[in-house]
Amino acid sequence: MEATERTASEKADFKRELTEVVPHLRAFARGLCGRADMADDLVQETLLKAWAAQERFQPGTSMRAWTFVILRNAYLTDMRRNRFRGEYDETVAERVLTAPAGQEEPIHLSDMHRALLTLPPERREALLLVGAGGFSYEEAANICGCAVGTIKSRVGRARSALNTMLADGSIPKRSIDDDTAHRAILEELDDVAAGQGVAARS
Amino acid sequence: MARTLSNAMNAEKTSENQPEKGSDDAKIARPKEAQPEWANGLRKLYDSVVEEPLPDTFKDLLSQLDAKD
Repeated sequence: MEATERTASEKADFKRELTEVVPHLRAFARGLCGRADMADDLVQETLLKAWAAQERFQPGTSMRAWTFVILRNAYLTDMRRNRFRGEYDETVAERVLTAPAGQEEPIHLSDMHRALLTLPPERREALLLVGAGGFSYEEAANICGCAVGTIKSRVGRARSALNTMLADGSIPKRSIDDDTAHRAILEELDDVAAGQGVAARS
Repeated sequence: MARTLSNAMNAEKTSENQPEKGSDDAKIARPKEAQPEWANGLRKLYDSVVEEPLPDTFKDLLSQLDAKD
């Protein structure tokens, strides 16, 4: 990939767009790894990598999608080093719970978050991208480096798993801390990582 | 703490403007409609983080980036 020298104004644009996307990176990271402190570490790592790789960003394309790829790859790497165990941040959830929310919301956001964290990572990220981040299936597929049909299937499976958990109230307490479950997740991660994102090879 | 929901909603709209191609499964391809009640919660979970004030560590880091050049 050719690295063209950027003008000062292009650099300023990059910096501005990168700054704008930080809250979204934090939200995506929080959904992925569950803990606010770890999520923010991940975002900082992402910002530094994005800055170092800025010549590979194509102006006019989605900064959010581009940086999500970087964040996702950093997350997968850290996951393999066993840094994240999808731990659940009670403090954050309580605060979210008491935030002014829609009246018609019978499901607690803390339940929601906990249920989300029990999903296998590739389904969780697919659902986060499409269901929370508002990406199209095509955009999500680009971010995850996989086929659109794969994303659709992952989102569908994630939704039906959440349907079951939230309808029955059968959300596993700490399934991610369970060794067997964790090993299974790590195995699935290898599959996820096999489809490394296209936009940010680092 | 005042939450600016509309900001997040607007940001979301722009990213959803792309037409949905190859949407053979209408039910899945239209996330806005006929969603279970928790679907809204998923978005809220995301938006609640987006709307958090940015910690100083990020402001510091962003301002340090320029110095790297």
